[in-house]
Amino acid sequence: MILVILIIVLMAGGILAWIVGKRNTFLARSISVVAVLTDLAITLSILLRGTGINDGWIIEYRAVWIESFGIELHLALDGLSLLMLLLTYFIGTLSVLVSWKEINENTGFFHFNLMWILAGITGIFLSLDLFLFYFFWEVMLIPMYFLIGIWGHEKRVYASYKFFIFTQASGLLMFLAILGLYMVHGRETGTYTFDYLQLIGTPMKSAMEMFLMLGFLAAFLVKLPAVPFHSWLPDAHTEAPTAGSLILAALMLKTGAYGLLRFVVPLFPDAAEKFAPAGMILGVAGILYGAKLAFAQTDLKRLVAYTSVNHMGFIVLGVFALNQLAWQGVVMQIIAHGISTGALFIIAGQLAERLHTRDLSKMGGLWNQIPAMGAIGLIFVMASLGLPGLGNFIAEFLTLAGTFRSSILFTCLASIGLIFATVYSIRIMQKVFYGPQKVDHPIKDLTLRESLIMGSLVVVIFYLGIFPQSVMKMSAPVLDRILKTEEISGNTIPDKNNTESNILVYDSN
Amino acid sequence: MVTVSMEIQLALAGLLFLTGLVGLLVRRNIIFMLMSIEIMLNSAGLAFVIAGSHWMQADGQVMFIFILTVSAAEVSVGLALILQMFHHYRTLDADALNRLLDKKKMEN
Amino acid sequence: MNDLIFLIPAFPLTGFLVMALAGRYMSRSLVSWIAVGSVTLSAVITIMAGIPFLRGPNSTAITSLIYTWIDTGGFKADIALHMDALSFVFCFVITFVGALIHLYSVEFMKDDEGFARFFTYMNLFVASMLILVLADNLLLLYLGWEGVGLCSYLLIGFWYRDPGNGYAARKAFIVTRIGDTFMIIGLFLLFISFNTLHIDQILKMAPADWEPGSVKAVAAAILLLGGALGKSAQLPMQTWLPDAMAGPSPVSALIHAATMVTAGVYLIARMHTIFTLAPVVQTAVAMIGAATLLIAGFSAFAQHDLKRVLAYSTISQIGYMFLALGVGAWSAAIFHFMTHAFFKALLFLAAGSVILLLHEEHDMHKMGGLKNRLPVIFITFLVGGASLSALPLVTAGFYSKDQILWLTWASDTGSKWLWIAGIIGAFVTSLYTFRMIFLTFFGKVKTEPSHRPGLLMTVPLITLAVLSVVGGFVEFPGNMMPVQIFSGIITTVLPAIQIHSHDIPEWVFQVISGLMTIMGILLAWRLFYKPSPFETVFHKSRLNNFFYSGWGFDGIYDALFVNPFVWLSEINKNDFIDRFYNLLAGITRLFNSLLSYTQNGRLRWYAMGLTAGMVIILVLMMTL
Repeated sequence: MILVILIIVLMAGGILAWIVGKRNTFLARSISVVAVLTDLAITLSILLRGTGINDGWIIEYRAVWIESFGIELHLALDGLSLLMLLLTYFIGTLSVLVSWKEINENTGFFHFNLMWILAGITGIFLSLDLFLFYFFWEVMLIPMYFLIGIWGHEKRVYASYKFFIFTQASGLLMFLAILGLYMVHGRETGTYTFDYLQLIGTPMKSAMEMFLMLGFLAAFLVKLPAVPFHSWLPDAHTEAPTAGSLILAALMLKTGAYGLLRFVVPLFPDAAEKFAPAGMILGVAGILYGAKLAFAQTDLKRLVAYTSVNHMGFIVLGVFALNQLAWQGVVMQIIAHGISTGALFIIAGQLAERLHTRDLSKMGGLWNQIPAMGAIGLIFVMASLGLPGLGNFIAEFLTLAGTFRSSILFTCLASIGLIFATVYSIRIMQKVFYGPQKVDHPIKDLTLRESLIMGSLVVVIFYLGIFPQSVMKMSAPVLDRILKTEEISGNTIPDKNNTESNILVYDSN
Repeated sequence: MVTVSMEIQLALAGLLFLTGLVGLLVRRNIIFMLMSIEIMLNSAGLAFVIAGSHWMQADGQVMFIFILTVSAAEVSVGLALILQMFHHYRTLDADALNRLLDKKKMEN
Repeated sequence: MNDLIFLIPAFPLTGFLVMALAGRYMSRSLVSWIAVGSVTLSAVITIMAGIPFLRGPNSTAITSLIYTWIDTGGFKADIALHMDALSFVFCFVITFVGALIHLYSVEFMKDDEGFARFFTYMNLFVASMLILVLADNLLLLYLGWEGVGLCSYLLIGFWYRDPGNGYAARKAFIVTRIGDTFMIIGLFLLFISFNTLHIDQILKMAPADWEPGSVKAVAAAILLLGGALGKSAQLPMQTWLPDAMAGPSPVSALIHAATMVTAGVYLIARMHTIFTLAPVVQTAVAMIGAATLLIAGFSAFAQHDLKRVLAYSTISQIGYMFLALGVGAWSAAIFHFMTHAFFKALLFLAAGSVILLLHEEHDMHKMGGLKNRLPVIFITFLVGGASLSALPLVTAGFYSKDQILWLTWASDTGSKWLWIAGIIGAFVTSLYTFRMIFLTFFGKVKTEPSHRPGLLMTVPLITLAVLSVVGGFVEFPGNMMPVQIFSGIITTVLPAIQIHSHDIPEWVFQVISGLMTIMGILLAWRLFYKPSPFETVFHKSRLNNFFYSGWGFDGIYDALFVNPFVWLSEINKNDFIDRFYNLLAGITRLFNSLLSYTQNGRLRWYAMGLTAGMVIILVLMMTL
């Protein structure tokens, strides 16, 4: 029941904020903060209770929804989802705080959208019923479209359309794959169900498995984003308001990664293995291409957006290395990248508030006036390039070490990406904080609210870099379990039994 | 009684329909378009009567009366609309009524 | 004692944290006390921990586990420290010389508004360097490795207003990062082969698992070498060091002379087993060292910026260390590291004083006659220069360089060509060193110094000058005196060198190298003591420009790597993949505009549409 409460608190908070927001914006903002903090508190209490983190599902909730189709309201929490939820609520709180001064029109509706996005993300990390998963995938999508389209910057309409079409189209492909899986499972075992736990190990022909996996992959690769499906990201990130960019970068991209770990590999283990080399190529392409593009940008937010492409390339690479070490790196990268890129977006937003521009050529020598922001910017720029002592290094090191086991060539290529990451990262420092001063009016350094936000992010990124063990302990048993299912399940039927080729025929037995 | 084969009868009905259709498409004066529609309706009615006489049932004739009624109602509504149109546009040219035109959309 | 060695890096790290958070609000003297004090305390603990090493040759290493850093998926790395004789020597140099440089900086940076920021970065640097040499596993070493790279970047670009400094800082960071990438791939290889990154375990397992000359050993050695070459500014990654002189002189002294650039030497020495298992690579180390020392030496001769001479000189001297490592003279390399730290730091600090007192004048041709104006600096500079030139018998530099040269000839894996390179290098070294001294301190005064340096600057200079003389007396060549304290300590960790039997006695080589030094000094006297046409003529020659530009490496790298990368980024700024998606959107819009013609509002058109549709359906129904 707690799990349902997590979602309901956010949804209800959003509705309440919308209603109240018409009269009193301060109250609307406070309601949002309280809602997210409540969820954060609940999640922390689950963490601190500590029971059951090592053996499977910590909490599970099942309720029947549409019985005739085998759809249930099935939510469950394990170590991996717990980590994701902690990240979600932490970033969620920060996003509300960040938008405190920035959003002044239609504030209630803004917070409604924000809360519902967070609710959608929570649902994604918790749901074990595929239909429910797709439902939350859509819930996450539409409020974000509004967020970008209404409160964004100059090209917001274009960016929101692009974001929507990319994500929706790929989501539909995933839905087709879900339906396909449903049919196949029903045909083979007689039970028609959308339940994840029952769908694992569905016997399938290998061609069918590959098709279905590609459907799922479409949605996740677009979300991640993997090159060449990354086009929506720079525009969406740049034109979104700061809170929107924060949630996009820190959370929504990670739902793609989560989907790969939770759904693609366990449901389609053999197809995943066959696809692995191609997957690693996509990862390396993302790393190198994203870094190269980042270096060329003159818009600060666009540059940071492309760094996301670069870092998510590591995730794609690590997932398809298919071993425990790389996957731990992937989980670390999910969290660390969320923190570091989120922080960079917040800094970009703070700079835009003060300078009214995102153009790097108009910035320069700002360290003089805003040394605190400069120092924090330095920390996160160093995180971005993978400096040891910060979380991203652990992530990238483990990912590459694990990938080295699977493919030496790809590891070497990906390591070249580290050099490129250095190049674009210090470009940010140079263009914004160092160099001759280009701004003539005085600029204020961090306010108390901003210092709190940035300070908490700094603490977390250092914690991840210095004490990563506490995080990895939580995810290790889950990843272990998923990888074991991958190894021992051999669920492909030999093709000679090819009697039913058209799965779209619904067999209503 | 001279019996004509059904094909010829239906051909007549079809010819009538075609006449009406072509008239509808070709004429610009809205009253003539209305009359063409009438012709089409009548041809449909004729087809029903033919069918009724072929199967020796009264239903065909019943349908014809039905069609007559409907067409009368429709014509009166149509004429009322034409009057309105003339009132506003001062012309009976059907092409003048193009306000539902899709003007070029603005760029996104 | 085991439990206390964590204090060695902990003191400067704490200093860094305190100054990072509150440095802005502290008074200058408080900052100075924290900064200098933390490094000094580290020096004290180092010496306390090092006494057992100094006492007897059978001392074992001190280890200290702090906590388990990572333990997942079969990979384990701890935050754990390990001090043996090798790391002791490095710690001693880092903390001791570091403390002196911090002291000097208090006066050097006293007028700078970034005072606290400077010491914050310096303390972080010292902490990282100490972690690097004390790490017991390669991952923690890598943390220190990157940490010093970061601090180098921050300190080179310390005066950030000038974009040239930023450029130099970026160049340093990126070039060393390239080396670091090689190193990390090497780390992956070592991990996959031995399932651990713990240094001692690797060094024990490697000879058992790998055949000498096997592919894996060679690969691992090359990759580690790549990292070392980047950090130590050797061929082909030496281009960043001369530009790094843009930073304040104490930075040049500490980072780019005494410590960070020697990290490569430390790495190779520490992982010596891997290198002995790949003799091909070890020979490459020697050849790179020899080539670098010559190229850098000639380049130093053509410079007119005082600090750039010293920068190329550093590259050259590290070349000697690599040469020693390459022929298996492990102890000699570390010995030269120590003496070099003393006299090079001294030279940089003295040069820094000169530049500061001459109102930021870097060009030696605009200096002159300073020996009477700045006597203390002149004397200490002279001592340092003499040590650098390896003036026989009275300077530390002589003992260390001479040992390297002798062993290059005499070692099992040495060769006479390497020795010849070393000898020529020695000649060039004394030539450019004394050119520097004569141009700066002798002749007519062209720029007047503003005042004399204070105590905080002169005391470190004098201390380092003393060390540049007596520092060599811990290790005498075999045929002079039976005092071999230094190698006695080092050989508890690193293997002793194998010398092949030889017919030419050692003293011949010592005499030759001594002669080279003296000849260099004499030639420099001849050409530069009094202003002579040589300098002006040579200045214009193409050869001079070639040497001046560091043998053209910058130009090559720009053309080969930098410009293509920038060009490629620039032309694809808008991401050609995006064009594809915009094409899809464009096609959709095209259809939209075409189809909107059917929406013309005309009644007859719609009727036509109905008719056409009807006809088509009828046809279809009849034919299908």
